Amino acid sequence: MMESESLKDKKLQRILMGNEAMARGLIEAGVTLAASYPGTPASEILQAVPGFARETGVALHAEWSVNEKVAFETALANSMSGRRSAVSMKQVGLNVASDPFMRSAYLGVKGGLVVIAADDPGPHSSQTEQDSRFFAMFAKIPVLDPSSPREAKSMVGQALRVSEKYEIPVMLRPTTRVCHARQNVPLFRPQNLERPARFEKNPGRWCATPQYLRELHRLLNKKIADMAAEEEFFPILTPGDDTFPGVCIIASGVALAHTWDLLEEMDLLRRLDLYQVTMPYPLHRDFISHIKSRYQKVLVLEETYPVIELQLVLDQVQGRINRAVPGEGELTPEVIRRVLEGFLNLPAAAAPTLPGGEATRPTLCAGCAHRAAFYAIRETFPEDIFPSDIGCYTLGLNLGAVDTCHCMGAGISQAAGFYHTYAAAAEKVPAIVATIGDSTFFHAGIPALINAVLHGARIMVVILDNSTTAMTGHQPTPEQGMTAAGGQAHPVHIADLVKACGVGFLKEADPYDIPGFVSLLKEADAYCRGENGGVAVLIAKHFCILDREARKSQEILEMCVTEDCTGCRHCLDEFECPALSLDEATYQVVIDRARCIGCGVCVHVCPAGAITASPKKEQ
Amino acid sequence: MKQQIIVSGLGGQGALTITRVLAEAAAALDLEVLTSETHGMAQRGGTVISMIKVGPFRGPLIPPGGADVGLFLALKNLAVHRSYLKADAAVFVNSPVPGDFQNIDAQGLARELGAAVAANLILLGYAAGKQALFCDPELLEQVIREKTPERFREMNLKAFQQGMASAK
Ligand code: SF4
Ligand code: SF4
Repeated sequence: MMESESLKDKKLQRILMGNEAMARGLIEAGVTLAASYPGTPASEILQAVPGFARETGVALHAEWSVNEKVAFETALANSMSGRRSAVSMKQVGLNVASDPFMRSAYLGVKGGLVVIAADDPGPHSSQTEQDSRFFAMFAKIPVLDPSSPREAKSMVGQALRVSEKYEIPVMLRPTTRVCHARQNVPLFRPQNLERPARFEKNPGRWCATPQYLRELHRLLNKKIADMAAEEEFFPILTPGDDTFPGVCIIASGVALAHTWDLLEEMDLLRRLDLYQVTMPYPLHRDFISHIKSRYQKVLVLEETYPVIELQLVLDQVQGRINRAVPGEGELTPEVIRRVLEGFLNLPAAAAPTLPGGEATRPTLCAGCAHRAAFYAIRETFPEDIFPSDIGCYTLGLNLGAVDTCHCMGAGISQAAGFYHTYAAAAEKVPAIVATIGDSTFFHAGIPALINAVLHGARIMVVILDNSTTAMTGHQPTPEQGMTAAGGQAHPVHIADLVKACGVGFLKEADPYDIPGFVSLLKEADAYCRGENGGVAVLIAKHFCILDREARKSQEILEMCVTEDCTGCRHCLDEFECPALSLDEATYQVVIDRARCIGCGVCVHVCPAGAITASPKKEQ
Repeated sequence: MKQQIIVSGLGGQGALTITRVLAEAAAALDLEVLTSETHGMAQRGGTVISMIKVGPFRGPLIPPGGADVGLFLALKNLAVHRSYLKADAAVFVNSPVPGDFQNIDAQGLARELGAAVAANLILLGYAAGKQALFCDPELLEQVIREKTPERFREMNLKAFQQGMASAK
């Protein structure tokens, strides 16, 4: 077997996560600029780009942009200059980038532009399970739908090729199950396209005023019609025998992969016609009539909205619209199996027992400074309003310190909105404390803050600054002044921005010091309610404790729960550090040494003073 | 060769490391492999599950009743993810208390090794030592040696070997 042969010799294929596979695909296809904003399930795409570039000696610009709109526009300019470009984001990121996205369909591109929008059916880690393919259809932009990491990688090249041929951005739409699957994927040498950077002026196109747009729209319609006739995108047929005459299944994305495995397991693979749609929009022109003339019974399996189905418009089609397929939720193998049994009139297999038991809910890490900040907020304002935002700190909802979580940056605008609601109703205005992470603040918090200041909202904004984009895998924020490849960039400071937004009260503190943070919150509240009050901002600064380097500078305290513990559960229910638990036998709290990081914050939390901290004794 | 494995744990317990080691081992044997992982919010201490499918599959998910092997890093997850197992699946659980599964106190052993985070590889080593996996323990060991970042290498190897030894 393997004994002497080193695994390193196996160079031609590598186990890659779907996201890494797409990153590798970008490098191999000669992309020279890749931009992104992190968001699950898309984060690892750009994350992997600098590494593959380094490894293959490719020069490119890779950046974590401040948000998806900026990322899109940055990549667009590279493409307008004739070079291949990529922008990646999660599906709701496309909402943010929708403005440039829509117009780029009309104006088109020069160098290929692939827009990777990663969807999250389920959803597992998103605020909606929207279907980006629908967005592509809305924008009249073609979209490819990969069923595996391997396919996702090869579709990157395909997308860029087609994008150049038709001078139109092409969307690649993987879903969570493709992004976060791993597979052995073949590697190829990067293409060297040797394209110079040449932006050619063409105001009629790049500045297109309304008078040009009708013509551009006509051109766009023609591009879409021509693409719909491309042979390479005719759905791929795996033919059946005659077991099910006149019956076929049409599937795309990972639903095709699940269906394949299920049919195999049910001994039905190659017993009925199975089509894989690789380009759900525009659907191949001849495919519709092809299906119409050949089949009496058709099942469409796709995630998450009926994009293929809506284009088929045939009576014999079953799918999301007639509810043969559930209208919402992920198409997991167990869901598809039930659909297949219904569609093919097969006896139902013994109903699989669905997961029993209760899943453990996520919580902020032991020692996370967000927990300290939320605890201080709740202690200071027991009955007030806490709009929040998107990141690890959304988990503050476990602590009762997060009342809203809507979309990036919404917390500050909602806080201002709540203020105006109560003020205009001439009611007693509660304390309104918005929390927002540092990366989210840069992404969409700044306009909201300006607006709140301008309109005299008397609100508190706590910026949870842990010097990283923690939730999505610790990408740098602008404050770090670090490039995606780890090089030096120009830092932009949150405090400077806050001041420049015209905020009249700004303090910075480490929330680990809970009593100190509580008194700052009281000060901020007094400012809000004062004669010339307005927006008060507190920057809660403490690094993310998953940052190994930063952790080295933090003292590790020896924690101890004394006999004074009354078992009141306050530290468990209101603070919820995962290192603390109740010993059912003694009815006292115990500290899990393996999880405790010795931050000492819980000392401030125990009402009986039963948790103590002392400097760690040298071993 | 076809084998479907689930790895169930809590975010932070290292289910992903086990997943990667198994995937690399499959690739080293020139087998097709597909895995699926939990990312995002749940990784902050919530219930997570990874799936590894070795052999000619196309989809990354294992249907209920499909897994040949279950590796449970947390006993309480058994109730949540048991439904993915075949009736005759080999089930390994990190737990000091025995049950209708093969148990090993991986957490306790890891603490003794001075590496509380290495319980994952102890559990993997144990299952490998019991010959429940598609490949030999030696191959997994080789993968760990070659693919682990320098600073964890020795500890991870030790943990894996400890698990293997416990299977004897
Ligand atoms: S990753 Fe960092 S920010 Fe997120 S919960 Fe853990 S310590 Fe807090
Ligand atoms: S010191 Fe207290 S708050 Fe900090 S990690 Fe340990 S138990 Fe949790």
